Amino acid sequence: MNSRIDDYRKIVGNEIIDELYLLAQKLKGISIQNINSTPSGGGVAEILSRIVPLMQELGVNIWWDVMEAEEEFFSITKKIHNRLHGVDIPLSKKELEHFLEVNDQNTIKMKKWADIVFIHDPQPIALIKMKRKLKNKWIWRCHIDFSSPCRDIWLFLKKFIEKYDVSVFSAPIFSRPLSIRQVLIPPSIDPLSDKNKELEAHFIDEILNRFGIDKEKPIITQISRFDYLKDPIGVIKAFKLVKKYIDCQLVLAGGGARDDPEGERVLEEVKNEASSSRDIFVIYLPPNSHLEINALQRASTIILQKSLREGFGLTVTEALWKEKPVIASCVGGIPLQIAHKYSGILTYTIEGTAHWIRRLLHEPEYARRLARNGKQHVKNSFLITRHIQDYLLLFLSLFNKSDLIYLD
Amino acid sequence: MQPFYFHTRITQVELLGRIAKNVKELYEGIKEVPPSSIYHHTHRYLEQHRYFSPEHPNDFSYWITTSLGLKKLGEKIASVDIFQFSDIEDLRKKFLEILENFLKSSPALRNCLPQEEFRFLSSRIFILPTPYKATNLVEFLNCLEKVTIHSLYFHIFEARLRLKKHDNDFSCWLRDLGYKELADRISKLDPYTYTLEGLRKRIINLVKSYL
Repeated sequence: MNSRIDDYRKIVGNEIIDELYLLAQKLKGISIQNINSTPSGGGVAEILSRIVPLMQELGVNIWWDVMEAEEEFFSITKKIHNRLHGVDIPLSKKELEHFLEVNDQNTIKMKKWADIVFIHDPQPIALIKMKRKLKNKWIWRCHIDFSSPCRDIWLFLKKFIEKYDVSVFSAPIFSRPLSIRQVLIPPSIDPLSDKNKELEAHFIDEILNRFGIDKEKPIITQISRFDYLKDPIGVIKAFKLVKKYIDCQLVLAGGGARDDPEGERVLEEVKNEASSSRDIFVIYLPPNSHLEINALQRASTIILQKSLREGFGLTVTEALWKEKPVIASCVGGIPLQIAHKYSGILTYTIEGTAHWIRRLLHEPEYARRLARNGKQHVKNSFLITRHIQDYLLLFLSLFNKSDLIYLD
Repeated sequence: MQPFYFHTRITQVELLGRIAKNVKELYEGIKEVPPSSIYHHTHRYLEQHRYFSPEHPNDFSYWITTSLGLKKLGEKIASVDIFQFSDIEDLRKKFLEILENFLKSSPALRNCLPQEEFRFLSSRIFILPTPYKATNLVEFLNCLEKVTIHSLYFHIFEARLRLKKHDNDFSCWLRDLGYKELADRISKLDPYTYTLEGLRKRIINLVKSYL
């Protein structure tokens, strides 16, 4: 069962929740519509599925629509995604035309529009053409690492972005010169969701048994989609370097999303690479396997996130919240979450990752200290209540130009 | 006599899309960004480090020291006594003066590594009421013990510099209440050298000595 907004009082305190009610009250009479491209799988859908009902409970008139599209559209948006990450894969003019066509069709299919339209990521970005007709407020929320995009795709998207009232980025590093306001809103995790709530020990054991994982041997885990940018092959290579000295296990677990057709190919490659060792567990999970992921994270000795590129890196936030020592690449939003050697470890290479796995396995007290600091940092900065607060302020700021806003 | 209404504030951080790779670009940025950006980069740390005094009291000095490796310049920027300034424009001038002197004496510019550029941010402040109000010194003390550090921050820092009141809200009210000496003593506290919890304790002790 989903948690209620008042359930968060015991985690973040009464005052934060009271402030949320007050901010929500100030939005009375204003409707807000979220639009993204997938109802499940991936961080965006996950956070929307939590934030929207909680905001409704606060009294905000907010809802969430998913754009309609077929396989071809998603293979094009996957290419756009990769080019935004700076990966130079071909993308034809015809494909971009199809991308715009699907957006056009969705402007017709959409039954209802709100006073504020909140667009998530590039897939529905071209819906902005409706602004001229509707004369309402539009927000574009970028969840992707924008630090080194291919120039052509950036210029293509920029034309649309600059028609919005405001843009939102997850980390300062993703910001670029734009003619519109840019607001910083890091994403968040929900401490009471199935993916992050406390679990009974026997449930965790049951999950380990189900996958044949030995709870007596150290468990190194990476939870992520099967995607080249998450570098699962690099993780296996790092593990093999560690395995020469320490008897441990590797768990690579994750699912796919409707808008990621590349996943199956990556999964096959990972299975091939892992086939040489009995201690590597490649686990493909169906969408909504939140309890399984939670259990695997909680059972882990160390959690990795060896991404080559990353948006914010919510799997890192989840691991830190569960008070686990985390070794992650210094990319995207990860350095905002991990201060090296204080709240986790930041690495740049396969060898460096292997070195730190060995160090942390040999020095459990040091690993525990990192984990404690990491959890505190997430509690202060990356829980869902802070995210809701940021969104409420974002909506209110659309109607207030001043940089000092009194909400008496 | 008007009661003292405790307020609190929430910050919305904005990205200006402007970066600096070296001291010259930092100088140009500081010269041109809005006052809210100078305020943000010199005050952000106060609430982030709730209990521990940070090593670097502003973002400019942190970046100059860690990303450019210019320790002496970093220390000079860190040592600017913000409490002396009751106007952000004067504070901006002070930073520019230090950077200008450095640029005159150091013709070779050092660039930071890619991805380590200084990114200019600014902030927008939302001010909210809290349930706490005081009509006398005893009630004022009770409230001081209960309000969050964000409320304390608002009445001490934001009121003085950003709202251009030239003094903190507590001292203004206490003066009107007839506690001129107590008001002056709170005015003279340099809040930048305390952690927020430390500052709360110091003010509470001062108030207690007048009860």
